[in-house]
Amino acid sequence: MTPVQLDELPLKSRARVQTIDWAVIPESEGHRLRSLGLEEGVEVEALHKGILLWRDPIAVRVGRMRIALRRKVASAIFCELTL
Amino acid sequence: MSGTLPLVALVGNPNSGKSSLFNALTGARQKIANYPGVTVERKSGRTALPDGRPVELLDLPGAYSLQPDSLDEAVTRDVVLGKFPGQRRPEALIIVVDAGNLDNHLRFAIELIAQGLPVVLALNMVDLAERDGLEIDPTVLGDELGVPVVSTVAVRKRGLDQLLIMLGEALTNPRPEEAVVSESRKQITERAHRIANRAIVNETQGRQWTRRLDAILLHPVGGVAILLALLFVMFQAVYGWSEAPIGWIEGGFAALTGTIKTQIPDSLLRSFLTDGVIAGVGSVVVFLPQILILFLFILLLEATGYMTRAAFVMDRMMAAVGLSGHSFIPLLSSFACAIPGIMATRSIMDQKERLATILIAPLMTCSARLPVYTLIIGAFIPVQSIGPGIGLQGLVLFALYLFGIIGAMLAAAVIQRFVTQSRSSSFLIEMPRYQLPRLSDIALGLWQRAWVFLRRAGTIIFVASIILWALLSFPKVPEGSSQNQVEYSIAGHISDAIEPVVRPIGFNHDIALALIPAMAAREVAVSALGTAYAIDAEDDEQAALRLGPQLAAKWSLATALAFLAWFIFAPQCISTIAVTRRETNGWKWPIFMVVYLFALAYLAAGITYWTAVSFGL
Repeated sequence: MTPVQLDELPLKSRARVQTIDWAVIPESEGHRLRSLGLEEGVEVEALHKGILLWRDPIAVRVGRMRIALRRKVASAIFCELTL
Repeated sequence: MSGTLPLVALVGNPNSGKSSLFNALTGARQKIANYPGVTVERKSGRTALPDGRPVELLDLPGAYSLQPDSLDEAVTRDVVLGKFPGQRRPEALIIVVDAGNLDNHLRFAIELIAQGLPVVLALNMVDLAERDGLEIDPTVLGDELGVPVVSTVAVRKRGLDQLLIMLGEALTNPRPEEAVVSESRKQITERAHRIANRAIVNETQGRQWTRRLDAILLHPVGGVAILLALLFVMFQAVYGWSEAPIGWIEGGFAALTGTIKTQIPDSLLRSFLTDGVIAGVGSVVVFLPQILILFLFILLLEATGYMTRAAFVMDRMMAAVGLSGHSFIPLLSSFACAIPGIMATRSIMDQKERLATILIAPLMTCSARLPVYTLIIGAFIPVQSIGPGIGLQGLVLFALYLFGIIGAMLAAAVIQRFVTQSRSSSFLIEMPRYQLPRLSDIALGLWQRAWVFLRRAGTIIFVASIILWALLSFPKVPEGSSQNQVEYSIAGHISDAIEPVVRPIGFNHDIALALIPAMAAREVAVSALGTAYAIDAEDDEQAALRLGPQLAAKWSLATALAFLAWFIFAPQCISTIAVTRRETNGWKWPIFMVVYLFALAYLAAGITYWTAVSFGL
């Protein structure tokens, strides 16, 4: 199955994070992502996409918490859909 | 002495309910200061163990791990490790974790437990976790972690007695010293998951309140409409509800002045007391109602969990000028007053973005500009309808707000590009579950903000007012001279020096004179113009009423418009400058702010003046 970028994940669908391209994420943000528990292997669910036509930032469920992040960072996170 | 009391630190993730627990344990007896050398708030307080022993509690800033990525987190790490200069190491820790977010918060808890200090773990917000369908066994959790665990609901004061009993035991019989095991982050994460899975004995769907509310509040269109409606209500309240209390405060100070005038004969002392001390204190206290109302809203929005949603909704627009959703609330607060706005920037993680936000905060049209705007608009802009429900005066006022916002956005873009050289802003935030706030937490928060404002801004405005009074009072005009006191004073001479500088942008001698006292607070310009035109009115409002026609007769419309343009940008508020110094820990940035804002003000006034003149106004 081809991996889906986190920002392209359809709303309400669940997925597991496979790989994260840490190289394209600024270091401080990468550190914060890990602190929030968004790293390889964690279960995610797309909850909301931002306002009006931008649809940016997005809100994601990570494990038991909700976090908001910009699509640019989310596009470096590759997931595999789960059922 | 507090120095001899056992020191216990509360540590935990942001959104673990740590501060509520701290409030519940210490009550209102808290001490707030900054850690030496950094602008991180240090909150401490006292509580008593069940056996009567007093302990000092320290509320450490929320952190995700002992590898800091913000100033706050660095303070937390250094204090826990006993490496913070001037702060002794705590004897024990109360680790606070959110029961509803166990896997995540346990990682930090595991890291903290490994440090070897006596520890009690507060499994907090168990009520919200139950609402979400989670049932956790604290005994299993305690066995797995090897430390005592107590279920608590800080906002309902549940579990506090048990927590203090456990803390007492932990202090009396510290657990055997173990070698500090350092695990990799991956190992910690895996262990946290394993422990959480064992401790969670039952999991159902729960009521999903947060999910339902988010569907409405984060709706791509509806969410924006709700935020705008909320802001509208907030501004109505800030201006509407504050009118009466401001009137009482002004009345009170006027009565006090009146009493002094009847008790003490006309002298330098009397003038010092009434025009210096009372006028100075009054000019600070008069801001309090608006600041309190504004903070009431902000505290409520924070405590319910909506604040991060507002940041989510606004992020994309702020990104256009190099900022992010994090800057939204501080800038919003600045519409009432830049002082609380600048204080609120502490929540911005990115230090470059925080600096840029501080530097543009004074461009948001604060309430102190309104008296000046009202005076000039009333005197020069005709009452004229230019469309159904749209008056020309209102339109000009709206334009002044708009120019402030546009100016701030342009300034932000330039500052982020050239001054802070931030490559790109970032937005990454945890969105907590919604919850009903505890009113006593809100009340305590309000009281603390009010106190911080009065102490920090108050002392400086007070000193500045005294200096201004001296500049305006000395030297004394000789008996029988035709000159008035203001023109004869040091301030008068300074304004003579300023006049040639501001003449090219259409300002006359009287404006130059008014600009000096307006440094204390912008609205003082109104009473200063009144003095210049020898109007002896009881208060600013009356002065404005009689001043209007005089100005209309003496100033050209071009001068009036230039005067308005000046006030959009000019950093005429010593307290804002003082707060900026405090929050940036030095004089570099406040000086930068003053220089660039005066330059903008000068340019804007000049362009306005000469454009107006070329149109024959």
